[in-house]
Amino acid sequence: MPVYKPTPIPASEITPRPLFNDRRRFMQIAAGASLAALLPPSVWAADNKLAGVKNPAYTVPEELTPYKDVTSYNNFYEFGTGKDDPAKNAGGLKTRPWTVTVEGEVKKPQVFDLDTLMKMAAIEERIYRLRCVEAWSMVVPWLGFSLAELIKQVQPTGKAKFVEFISLNDASQMPGQQTSVLAWPYREGLRIDEAMHPLTLLTFGLYGELLPNQNGAPVRVVVPWKYGFKSAKSIVGIRFTEQQPVTSWMLAGPSEYGFYSNVNPTVDHARWSQAKERRIGEFFRRKTLMFNGYEQEVAALYTGMDLKANF
Amino acid sequence: MALKNLNNQTLTWLKRGVFLLALVPLGNLAVAGFTDGLGANPIEKITRSTGYWTLTLLMITLAITPLRRLAGWQWPVRLRRMLGLFAFFYGCLHFSMYLVVDQFFDWEGIAKDIIKRPYITVGFPSFVLMLPLAITSSDGMIRRLGGKRWRQLHRSAYICAIGGVVHYWWLVKKDLTNPITFAALLSVLLGLRLFYAAKDALKRHGKADTGAASH
Repeated sequence: MPVYKPTPIPASEITPRPLFNDRRRFMQIAAGASLAALLPPSVWAADNKLAGVKNPAYTVPEELTPYKDVTSYNNFYEFGTGKDDPAKNAGGLKTRPWTVTVEGEVKKPQVFDLDTLMKMAAIEERIYRLRCVEAWSMVVPWLGFSLAELIKQVQPTGKAKFVEFISLNDASQMPGQQTSVLAWPYREGLRIDEAMHPLTLLTFGLYGELLPNQNGAPVRVVVPWKYGFKSAKSIVGIRFTEQQPVTSWMLAGPSEYGFYSNVNPTVDHARWSQAKERRIGEFFRRKTLMFNGYEQEVAALYTGMDLKANF
Repeated sequence: MALKNLNNQTLTWLKRGVFLLALVPLGNLAVAGFTDGLGANPIEKITRSTGYWTLTLLMITLAITPLRRLAGWQWPVRLRRMLGLFAFFYGCLHFSMYLVVDQFFDWEGIAKDIIKRPYITVGFPSFVLMLPLAITSSDGMIRRLGGKRWRQLHRSAYICAIGGVVHYWWLVKKDLTNPITFAALLSVLLGLRLFYAAKDALKRHGKADTGAASH
């Protein structure tokens, strides 16, 4: 039986190692470039970077939730009710030009251009816990500054007891608004002292870059001691009022979603427990902390209040 | 019509096909699990998916009798046991996610959930009710129970399905699209049963009447 003998490869035919490696690199670059060409400019342009000085006073010493999870697992009903809908459907959101109208009970009502707004104060990086009302949580490095900086500039009148946040209402950019799953535009609100609290962050970015659309671009608030839905996204209006605003979620389920919606392990949602939460990336549930771990900072805001009645 | 009655060989192949098809949702989860495709909250994803397929397979199982009446197809009845057992199989996976991952055998927590959380109050017994149905699904058990009693017992599949849909309805935060779809489907399936039951009753009544030759 003849034995198969491979023909020897002449040395001249062997690709030198540097060339071989280069070929691989070339393929990688080509693949990267063709992928990049498919993406909207904001994804690959260097101008989506946003720098912030780390604020150690507002940095929880917990492991960060990976960028991929923070930007692919979102509740943002304007883009659909599935967790992966916002990342899929938010590509059409136009975040420039963008203005935020500040009005109501203020001495200096004003329409801010986004770029002006971002330069109002130094951008800080703050690492906050985020606790969703659905009993999951993340740890996110946000970029922004205290909402109080903006509030001070517009000078609320004595009648300003509450702050209402109004999100963008444009079904052509936000396909989820074609259904009436919530009352559009999305409205949220805070009491003025909550809005003035230094923890309440006017947010423009996360993980060292501008907010991805699915995370509430180009500007949102982050109120870390309240359930996530209190932190309004893609804000176009901030209104100071004397009366407590009625929020979209209060309209959707008055017995389930209260105006305060502070994270509280002892006050359950009407249909499920809030005692524990699943930290994204962890297997077992962990205990939920009072005011999401910000008790020291914010408990004084609610002295003497019945938190069960004011859920 | 050829579709009404299939020969044994075709049916055997069909059974194999349906068996494999019913494993596709599990296969999808397994593939996603190995390729990092379950997303940021894999536990939620698996729980939701297995719950969804439990309900879907229950619906398919409950569609078989109306299908026989409507189209005259006999052979789907021969697939019903397998489909019902697959519904139970996905129900077991779904319940295991809750028992092991969510509660980690915290019996006290589970008892509290059953009492306090309406969607679990209705979901838990709906699952438990599937147990006797699965156990009595063998030919031997059918013989032992006798056709009439067996049929009566297995009517509780309706209750499982109703309970399952209510469970889904009550746990959804706001978007009721899926639960409403299931509820509509189930209403049609149970409505058809009621319709045929009434029709049969009338027919029997009519026969009794003509027998007496009164009117």
